[in-house]
Amino acid sequence: MRRTRTRPALLIAATAGTAVVLAGCSASSDAALDPDADLSTQTLTVTTWPEYYPPTLAEDFEKATGVHVEILHHATNEEGLAKVTTSADTGIDVAFLSGGPVSVLIEEGLVSPLDHSALPNLANLYPEASEFAFDPGLVYSAPYAWGTTGICYRSDLVSGTPTSWADILTPAPEHVGRITMLDDLRWMFLPAQKLLGYSLNTTDDDELADVEKVLSAASRNLLAFDNTTYGDKLAAGEATLSEAFDGWCNVAAQSDPRIAFALPEEGSDLWVDSAVILSSSQNKEAAHAFIDYVLSTDVSTWITENLLYNTPNEKAMTQLPSDLFATYTALTADGARLASMEQIVDLGADVEKYNLISTRVRADQ
Amino acid sequence: MSSSAAAGATRARRSGLLTLISPAGYLGLFVAVPLLLVLVSAFLTRGRVGGVRLPISVDSFVLLAEPVYLGILLTSLATSLTVTLVCVVVAYAFVAAMRGMSPRGRAGLLVVLMVPFWTSFLIRAYAWMLLLGEHGPVNAPLLSLGVIEQPLTLLYTPASVTVVLVYVYLPMMILPIAAAAESVDPTLRDAARNLGAGAWRRFRTIDLPLTLPGCLTGCVLVLVPSMSNFVVPDLIGGGKTVLIGNVIQDEFLVSRNWPFGSVLALTLIALLVGVLVVQAAVSRRFEGHAR
Repeated sequence: MRRTRTRPALLIAATAGTAVVLAGCSASSDAALDPDADLSTQTLTVTTWPEYYPPTLAEDFEKATGVHVEILHHATNEEGLAKVTTSADTGIDVAFLSGGPVSVLIEEGLVSPLDHSALPNLANLYPEASEFAFDPGLVYSAPYAWGTTGICYRSDLVSGTPTSWADILTPAPEHVGRITMLDDLRWMFLPAQKLLGYSLNTTDDDELADVEKVLSAASRNLLAFDNTTYGDKLAAGEATLSEAFDGWCNVAAQSDPRIAFALPEEGSDLWVDSAVILSSSQNKEAAHAFIDYVLSTDVSTWITENLLYNTPNEKAMTQLPSDLFATYTALTADGARLASMEQIVDLGADVEKYNLISTRVRADQ
Repeated sequence: MSSSAAAGATRARRSGLLTLISPAGYLGLFVAVPLLLVLVSAFLTRGRVGGVRLPISVDSFVLLAEPVYLGILLTSLATSLTVTLVCVVVAYAFVAAMRGMSPRGRAGLLVVLMVPFWTSFLIRAYAWMLLLGEHGPVNAPLLSLGVIEQPLTLLYTPASVTVVLVYVYLPMMILPIAAAAESVDPTLRDAARNLGAGAWRRFRTIDLPLTLPGCLTGCVLVLVPSMSNFVVPDLIGGGKTVLIGNVIQDEFLVSRNWPFGSVLALTLIALLVGVLVVQAAVSRRFEGHAR
């Protein structure tokens, strides 16, 4: 199916030159949706994270709309970005990416504006879920799932509930060597930045120097920098307190009820995974229908019940059974609380400052 | 032997052009072009979403002057040299033990040596995490026997990184040394023994010099990948041991600074070419002696 789409493009390129194709692309991205478009003649290629959607999503959507969907996977945001940016026509219509990469795509003009009239399910979202720093007013993106970062801990090995990022940065003696922090660059900085009251997106050299001091001291008390196996480390008791994404902590709590989640009072981040439509898509009507479909309460409740992630879908969140929230404490943060957290934005070339500090902190061992 | 050589010559004549083109094409496509891309990227400016763009710039080379990178290069060199040295010692012991076995036993042992390669490297790394963990088969018996009161910290240390790198690359050392040892005339050792040479002297004057080319090949096969490995420091080192491979990976995937990643890659390549030059020089000198 991707082949049939590239063929006309090649034909035009051969006859009229590349400039015409580029002009044609930008013109089509601004064009309004055709309300009479026959969806059954369109096909979609979507890229998202593996196991991040209902297994029958493609079938269900085809049954409902007649549009055939091929779902591709990217393991990381970086891989997803590479997939939609490195080649001119990848044939991808819809991409699911986190807020930072989405802002990059918007700046680069690679995504096309959403027609809200074709997305009635946007009404399901929390009102706060339309004011994201990376895309205010949801001009280009529709939020799929969201969440925050906190402390995942062993409730039987830690006295009381952790309340502060200091609990992992300057741990009590009995927890020294039993702490893990996230290995992802910006999230490694988050606890120190919030403890010091700085922005998660600071590029101020003095502030970053303070953060480095806190991180260097904290890293000596760490078991490991880990963003994949901390759940196992907590279950084994090798770690007692871990900096963790809320959804991941829920997954750990699912297999071990002694594991719980706490959100430090200094605040944290808000991450958002959103869907965008690529400017190069020739199937914009079907792409809108697909995004509207994943914003339905059915898909959103599936995400929360099966992946244990919060979603910005207020209607879905209020329909979920209350015992789910009792078991998975990280699901209790409501939309307003989550939306009040700071969003991590792409820093462009300044991210090198973070990388240098992270390298120094880790190599200092 | 001469008949097979003649057959080989005929084959070579028949497909002369093909044999000339295919290695050159292979090397060109998979070695020269990627190297050229790395070289060009190093002199360009970082793109917004990764990649590179104009203008030409040497900023990335300036960044290399940050002391932390020199430190990491030295740590990487020290770690990979340690790994190589340990592999040499273990491999010679292994080959010496193999000498007493029947040819079938030897072949079987070499197959067993290769078995781990049939499973994913990641799975083997996770197995080591269980093995060295607080409740793993090393700590658990020592704890229950009361030999130690607190579990030993075996995991997430620079030492654990070295141990696992040795495990991963040991076959790369054993195979070339074992191959070289096959061609050592056993009567040489018998003669030396008859003349009163001890085990160490026999090793030093017969086995070591005659297997040195194999050993040097093994050293390159171990040193080069262990220097650029980034999975072991991440998983086994708990992200607290940083080798040059980790920094290069981060530059490409996290900072999306391809020019600087390329500069680091070039530095690593230069260092490894230096190692190869030394290896070639030592080999040549040794071969001169042998003649």
